[in-house]
Amino acid sequence: MSESPGRQRALPDLAPVFKGGGLVALIAIAVAFPQVYTNPAVTNYGVFALIYVTAASGWNIFSGNTGYISLGQAVFYGSGAYAMGVAARDWNITGTMVFALLPLAMAVGAAIAVPFGLVALRVRRHTFIVITIAFFFIFQLMAFNFSWTGGSSGLSSPFLNWPAASYNTPFYYIAFAFAAGTIAIAWLVRRSRFGLQLRAIRDDEDRARGLGVRAMRVKLSAFVISGTITAGIGAVWFYYINQVEPQTGFDPLFDLTLVLMAFLGGYGSISGAVLGALIIEPLTLWLNAQPEFSSGSLSEILLGGIFLIVVLFMPRGIIPTSGELITRLRTRGRAAIAPATTIGPASGTAPTPSSVVSGGAQ
Amino acid sequence: MAQEILQEIIVGILVGGVYALMAVGLTLIFGVLDIINIAQGVLVILGAYLSYSLSTKAHIDLFVGLLITIPVMFIIGVVIHWAFIRRLRGTERTAMTLLVTYAVALIIEGVLYKIYGADDVSLSASYTGTSVHLFGFYLPWIYIYGFILAVALVALIYALLYRTRFGRSVRATMQDETAARLVGIDVNRVAALTFGIGVAVTAAGGMVFGATNAFNPNSGYDLISRLLAIIILGGLGSIGGALAASVFMITVESVVTIWSPDWAVVVFYVALVVVLLVKPTGFLGRKEVRAQ
Amino acid sequence: MTALLRTDGLVKAYGGVQALNGATIAVEAGTVAGLIGPNGSGKTTLFNVVTGYERPDAGEVWFGDRAITNLAPDKVFAAGIGRTFQLTRIFPRLTVLENMLIAAQGKDRPRNLLSWFGRDAWTHHRRHALELLEFVGIERHAGILAGSLSYGQRKLLELAYVLVADPAVILLDEPAGGVNPTLINHIADRIRQLNAEQGTTFLLVEHNMEFVMGLCSTITVLESGKDVVSGPPDIVRTDKRVLDAYLGADLEEEDPR
Repeated sequence: MSESPGRQRALPDLAPVFKGGGLVALIAIAVAFPQVYTNPAVTNYGVFALIYVTAASGWNIFSGNTGYISLGQAVFYGSGAYAMGVAARDWNITGTMVFALLPLAMAVGAAIAVPFGLVALRVRRHTFIVITIAFFFIFQLMAFNFSWTGGSSGLSSPFLNWPAASYNTPFYYIAFAFAAGTIAIAWLVRRSRFGLQLRAIRDDEDRARGLGVRAMRVKLSAFVISGTITAGIGAVWFYYINQVEPQTGFDPLFDLTLVLMAFLGGYGSISGAVLGALIIEPLTLWLNAQPEFSSGSLSEILLGGIFLIVVLFMPRGIIPTSGELITRLRTRGRAAIAPATTIGPASGTAPTPSSVVSGGAQ
Repeated sequence: MAQEILQEIIVGILVGGVYALMAVGLTLIFGVLDIINIAQGVLVILGAYLSYSLSTKAHIDLFVGLLITIPVMFIIGVVIHWAFIRRLRGTERTAMTLLVTYAVALIIEGVLYKIYGADDVSLSASYTGTSVHLFGFYLPWIYIYGFILAVALVALIYALLYRTRFGRSVRATMQDETAARLVGIDVNRVAALTFGIGVAVTAAGGMVFGATNAFNPNSGYDLISRLLAIIILGGLGSIGGALAASVFMITVESVVTIWSPDWAVVVFYVALVVVLLVKPTGFLGRKEVRAQ
Repeated sequence: MTALLRTDGLVKAYGGVQALNGATIAVEAGTVAGLIGPNGSGKTTLFNVVTGYERPDAGEVWFGDRAITNLAPDKVFAAGIGRTFQLTRIFPRLTVLENMLIAAQGKDRPRNLLSWFGRDAWTHHRRHALELLEFVGIERHAGILAGSLSYGQRKLLELAYVLVADPAVILLDEPAGGVNPTLINHIADRIRQLNAEQGTTFLLVEHNMEFVMGLCSTITVLESGKDVVSGPPDIVRTDKRVLDAYLGADLEEEDPR
């Protein structure tokens, strides 16, 4: 089969063995990371990176597949955090038992996702985006106003009596478990009938409906999955940094950062979201840690600049763009092959592509 | 009590008029370019700061200063469009425009921090503190002036849209971009100019906003969220809808403030959700076209 | 004998434009029927109404002895009526095969969580899909993103799509439009083959007179939203009203789609 460089292929041109081996290597590196780099300042980067890998992949499961851009994931992130905080406080749970509250946080996320989704998913595109923003503000404001959420001071997590040197490590592995789990779910969704329906909705929702896809049901399922995951990792984050306030749990920058991450890696692709998170999050952390940037204004300008560069120069994300670059470099020497738009005879012998030149129109 | 409510309603209408000005710019940009300009909030603040500088450094009256700030903001708008928005195309255009306009907002905000610092400021003039006592209501003069300004500018925009050839091109592009191109309309030029106009009105909105609120570079977030809610409620692309929605939302919020200032803002967003449940296209919106 | 598919006095207006004004057509089972008429006569609107993408202001649609007038598109599809679109509506970012699978999955419900996520239930769907792709002649492009197909190939994909559900009636909206002569013949052959071998009933909207006259056993002419003439090609071809409809239509109406 002739390969024309201009054609879009559905999968990258890598042998499965190579991919499998690479995956194992990546997992090994990730697992070994905190053992090798024991400095808490470094593992902190790891924890946050994995938190955002989870969040970005979770966002991608819904938004990447359906094309509905949600700017309301922070609703789940913050709710998961607050759920854990309120439960730990009211039920007097301390120490490692607090981790047992993670399923509760995730259940809260799912419970919120259902009505949220039922309302928001009835509208399309821009209206959807704004509804998610509206929900975001409603939740943030509720966190500010209610007394049981601690008002503007927020909540603190129960004290965790772990030595400072190894404090980060368990959190790292929990975050890693979440990240790995989310990626696995994302992968399962992608190759399933469910995932196919989601992506069909992204391309042409009305046509998908016309072909029998139960759009609302499918969208809502993805939305709930995404929300549950995000709520869970939000709770992990809360326990890690020991407190949550309305503006940190419900941070307007959160969702747009997720969009950027997903976009950077290659919108809609699983590895894209992961790569984007792994690049952006440590970068952001590092920038914020620099003294010149801590005043706020320079980091904003820089962040904005990064956004712009990514979107304007790498509109299809790093992975596709570099994939294209590699393809271009590889085929530089070969003569250009005109895309063969062949149509074979019906259930007959398939003609060799180069000999038949019956093209479509234009 | 009734007096109080009525007072809030009237003030709500006046303030709503000013929000309408900013919302109209946003909805116009959406109608023609099919994008949500997240930077609109911070551009309003930029307009406010420009008025601030003119007022404090050059001692130019706030309203007179508009003669400078409006053209300046127009040019800024055209430049932003030319530099960043113009080339956004493709299947992920929605996500891209979100990121780009947000990036522009971040950069402008950062620049404002650098120049003006993080402290609250506000615009003041001889008339910003005084009210008129009319029929038993206390109506701040600045709100009245602001409302008149808003009415004048919205009327101007209407005239532009419905009485000029350019306006016809804009309306044609809003309805069907491909068809507009086919009849020879330079859609890029229309887009650039519309973006410029949409940003130019933020100069006026910013001035009145700054004269009635304390603001700092961070104030743009709250503002853009409200404006987004307003234009969705009014129906994307509908100017009349933006007007109606602004007045409606702000009035509701003002009235609710009597009982609970904290919850008034929540009511704002809840109102949006409720209305969209009933009518997903907003007050005067058309069914959203699905084409990317 | 009663027709397999018929409409009765369909009326539909868009704003000030009267797209359908009492359109009554009938398609006998097992025939290849054609629907022609000048631009703006309401052909695509009629399709939209029959397949549930639009609701008529008045009138009825019957499928056999079942009224399907206001049924949603997926119900119409499930009832056994498939259609293609004039501007091919494929899923550009899915592969050709995946496009086919989406059309296939509408026909059965997943029985448990495993089949929801698993791929095994798909095996017979995939085989069927590949057979159909082979039938129309584009199976070698099964792994390509549908968005990079040429226009002619898309038309074939649309045809394959429609066949996945094994419908009793297929509505084709301008199957020969914008396509080169070789391909037109190819499509005509496929239609004849399906009609002969499986007894599939066809209703096509077309502007290409040669195509229609050569393929259809019955032709209905639509003008200003109303059926004007109906009969075999030779009759219709020479009917004065048809000539009037095409040549006399000086008033240009926007195509009310």
